[in-house]
Amino acid sequence: MPIPLLFEIARGRSADHLPATERPEEEIARSIPGKFRREGPLPIPEVAELDLARHVERLAKRNHYIEKDIYPLGSCTMKYNPKVHEKVAADGRIAALHPLLPEKHVQGALGLLVELEESLTAITGMDGFTLQPAAGAHGEFTAMKMIDAFYRKKGERRIKVITPDSAHGTNPASVRRVGFEAVEVKSNERGELSIRRLEEVADESTAALMLTLPNTLGLFETQLSRIMEIMHGVGAQVYLDGANMNALLGLIRPGDVGFDVMHCNVHKTFATPHGGGGPGAGPVGVKEHLLPFLPSPRPERREGGFRWGGASLDSIGPVHSFWGNFGVLLKAYAYIRHLGAAGLVEVQRHAVLNANYLRKRIEKEYPVPYERRAMHEFVSSALRFRSAGVHGADIGKRLLDFGFYAPTIAFPLIVKEALMIEPTETESLETIDRFADALLEIAREIAEEPETVRSAPHTTAIRRVNESLASRKPVLRWTGAAPPRWTSPPLVV
Amino acid sequence: MSYIPHREEDRRRMLDAIGVGGIDDLMEEVPEELRFCDELPLGRALSQQELIEEIDRAAARCAGSTVDAFLGGGIYDHYTPSLAEATMARPEFYSAYTPYQAEVSQGTLQAMFEFQSLLCDLTAMPLANASLYDGATALVEALWMAVSEGKGRTSVVVPRTLNPRYRAVLHSHVAGRMTLDEVDVDGRGRIDEAALAAALSDDTAAVVVQNPNYFGHLEDVRAVSEAAHGAGALLIHVFEPVSLALLEPPGAAGADIAVGEGRALGSPINFGGPLIGLFTCAERFLRKMPGRLSGLTEDQDEKRAFTLTLQTREQHIRRGKATSNICTNQQLLSLGALVHLASLGPEGFRRAALLTQERALRLRDALGAAGAEFPFPETPFFREFVVRIPEPLVAALLEERIVPGISLEGDYPEYGSCRLVAVTEKRSLESIDRFAVTAGRFMEKRTGGRHADSAPL
Amino acid sequence: MNIPEDRQYTREHEWILVDDGIATIGVTDFAQSELGDIVFIELPDVGDVMSADDTVATIEAVKTVADLFTPFPGKVVEVNERLAEDPDLVNRDPYGEGWIVRIEVDGEGEVGDLLEAAEYNSLVEEEGAD
Repeated sequence: MPIPLLFEIARGRSADHLPATERPEEEIARSIPGKFRREGPLPIPEVAELDLARHVERLAKRNHYIEKDIYPLGSCTMKYNPKVHEKVAADGRIAALHPLLPEKHVQGALGLLVELEESLTAITGMDGFTLQPAAGAHGEFTAMKMIDAFYRKKGERRIKVITPDSAHGTNPASVRRVGFEAVEVKSNERGELSIRRLEEVADESTAALMLTLPNTLGLFETQLSRIMEIMHGVGAQVYLDGANMNALLGLIRPGDVGFDVMHCNVHKTFATPHGGGGPGAGPVGVKEHLLPFLPSPRPERREGGFRWGGASLDSIGPVHSFWGNFGVLLKAYAYIRHLGAAGLVEVQRHAVLNANYLRKRIEKEYPVPYERRAMHEFVSSALRFRSAGVHGADIGKRLLDFGFYAPTIAFPLIVKEALMIEPTETESLETIDRFADALLEIAREIAEEPETVRSAPHTTAIRRVNESLASRKPVLRWTGAAPPRWTSPPLVV
Repeated sequence: MSYIPHREEDRRRMLDAIGVGGIDDLMEEVPEELRFCDELPLGRALSQQELIEEIDRAAARCAGSTVDAFLGGGIYDHYTPSLAEATMARPEFYSAYTPYQAEVSQGTLQAMFEFQSLLCDLTAMPLANASLYDGATALVEALWMAVSEGKGRTSVVVPRTLNPRYRAVLHSHVAGRMTLDEVDVDGRGRIDEAALAAALSDDTAAVVVQNPNYFGHLEDVRAVSEAAHGAGALLIHVFEPVSLALLEPPGAAGADIAVGEGRALGSPINFGGPLIGLFTCAERFLRKMPGRLSGLTEDQDEKRAFTLTLQTREQHIRRGKATSNICTNQQLLSLGALVHLASLGPEGFRRAALLTQERALRLRDALGAAGAEFPFPETPFFREFVVRIPEPLVAALLEERIVPGISLEGDYPEYGSCRLVAVTEKRSLESIDRFAVTAGRFMEKRTGGRHADSAPL
Repeated sequence: MNIPEDRQYTREHEWILVDDGIATIGVTDFAQSELGDIVFIELPDVGDVMSADDTVATIEAVKTVADLFTPFPGKVVEVNERLAEDPDLVNRDPYGEGWIVRIEVDGEGEVGDLLEAAEYNSLVEEEGAD
């Protein structure tokens, strides 16, 4: 049953929240000239607090979330978000801090930022970080902007950035935003960046290569050293899209193996929650030659405390209203402090163990097109089920009936009917077995009763959603004038 | 081994099933020479208890929460209903991902749709997305959309009355890709309309106006709108949602695109992040707007349902040709904003704004009575105003644990000894009066010891 | 797969029907089935002048976008207005009512390098196979 909209339950009285004004309201309002004032009643629904709380409860029940069951979205690293993070981040003494308070009033918060930067530097082998970017894509943009500034300063005109065909769509989109041309290079038959094609494309007009490692197939780029030689040979930068950093923790430090600049997704690698789509954070790390270009201002240590440093003349300037998503970054800091060096290595090792075990359990039914060792995730193909009229998307929908979330569907684009699966290290053997069993059961269903899969899901509160209708006749806000069959939904969950 | 559930026997079983001897064997494709062989140079791991203690120590080194901060500048300390806070603390919302699988994400999707609807209603704009990173980057996106729709026009008029932080963020995002024409402040602390008229040309894609502007002053948005439209340019309105309880909404004042910072609706300040960028626009930008959108549709049984929609605009499909590189919305904060607005209801929301204004007027009047000087005494404002506060008085106020606003020195040298003071309903009457009394005492000392020709405050 | 023999094709899965210097362009049955439900088509303005290989229209499905190219230079003389309300026409009748644009071909109407139905058929068989 559909849940009534907030606007449909707006029939109660709101609770009292605030004291009355001392002077008559009209008198206060008159401090604003009439021509600038709002006219008429405020268009905000009035809902009794309990009705609103029940509305929230109904909505909550309609979501999948990590505590409910595995969230095997490849490339998204949906690991457990520790409760202790929520507790420490909710500390009122920190949550209430205004970003423009004098330094002496925020020493603890500044210190956390500095120490997180130092921790990320230690983990990645880069020479410095900015914590300002609000998300991974924002980090990509920030990095490209720094690279642009770096070459402008050197007086070199470099116009293109190379992205592999397996890259996240954000890579070419971020490249374009800075004004570079995105040049796509195809992967080879091993699922790696093709050295031959890279050599053809890389030249003195190339500003950077954006590389995801392991790549989006979950495969390590075994020719990494050669890639570095080629790119550095033409004087270009090599950028690491850190989406898959979970597979590198303690195993490889990007700064040690030739990457010049990178971003991390703290909401993937460092266990901060995704929030239903945000907020995340996308810190960017650079090697020494790019340090002067980092966004300003940067927090720094000084005698006995911390302060905001002065802006470097070469800085690209700020990329956020203030210092970045502090409330999110704090959780990443807590995670790193809690796990320490040894714990982070175990994260990496168990992420790889879980992915390889799951792959082994299902690969007969869900073959992996590249016959190689996967790292923290792997990409299966559902192409063999096409003859039964079943697509990868249908398999994803059927998994919902089992109480699981679906893998990432139809990405990367270079694998037909891709199912990109990343279990993460926080899932137990039992959970992975249950998930594998469900996938095997679905394969049996496809053989014996494909319609069950084609028409899934069957047990969710809402069945398969008509996305074509939503796109053909976009309705993006409630106006009260609904199509007839929606006008009075029953007030039950 | 925190948060890793494996027992030794589990690992054994898994390795046996894979057919390798140890976990290290799984890393065989990683060339030896690339591997990091030391221990990561991090401090010792902390237990959860020690971690709580460590963050507690950091919090204790933040006196900021014990002072009375009259700070704004884009971040306002407003009351938030407990239900908003409780909602955002639920894992059903915070540990969910972007709602790609609509059938098990209806909670997030319906909340998104309700948020979009409410934001449209509040701003009187036809379309809203499900939010962007923050107010400053929402403005960046607005500029991109305006220029890409501008049929070859490549410049945007940006007034100096716009928050200088936003101007800096604009500059770092679009410098070299479009021209930003700056228009100065007039003697009343608003956009200089003559300078605006002179800056408009047939290359102007849009004019930005912030209301209330950085100084807290109310701009004549309609006049700016007429000037912009007269030159064939769009009007981009930077709004602040709490002020919309009292002010004419952007859509009614002529905005084509309206963006703002929405954190004050339901979320804590958190040292300036996460924030939430509000983005609204006219109907004709439907397929050009950036960011996530939740749309109304139905399921196969024709029951009402919601789904992410118009995704072909986005980077994961259109890649390099996408309308933006954005791949997130601040969903958790938009949920908080939704519950904040619905909790307060129309009366509560209006009362928060009126209380805010009453207290701001109280402080302004009390400072005036104490002899303070205002560079823009006649200009109508909301919540925030400019007052001259010399350095010795700043020091005296800090002694009293009062942070007297933001210095204008760096951004507006012409108002060097002035500060931007913000008052919300959360500033107590006691702290407001203490602010004024301290200022009065300082003022008396100054004039008492000297002759009448000494400078006013 | 339906591939009418009265017209020619491109490697981008478009069909071209030239009649008296006016070329009608649409997408093939194979293309519409690969795209899935078509939800929106961005059309050019009548009078727009195109060079060879320019994008004349953009076809949006729910999760895919495809550009429609013109294989030769010319001026747009007509667009299928019905697609604004009913983009589904391309799915239902790709070779008929689902046509997309009409272009007045420059010069002698030379339309080199197009495929005949049989050639296009083997192209589709190749692509469908992997």
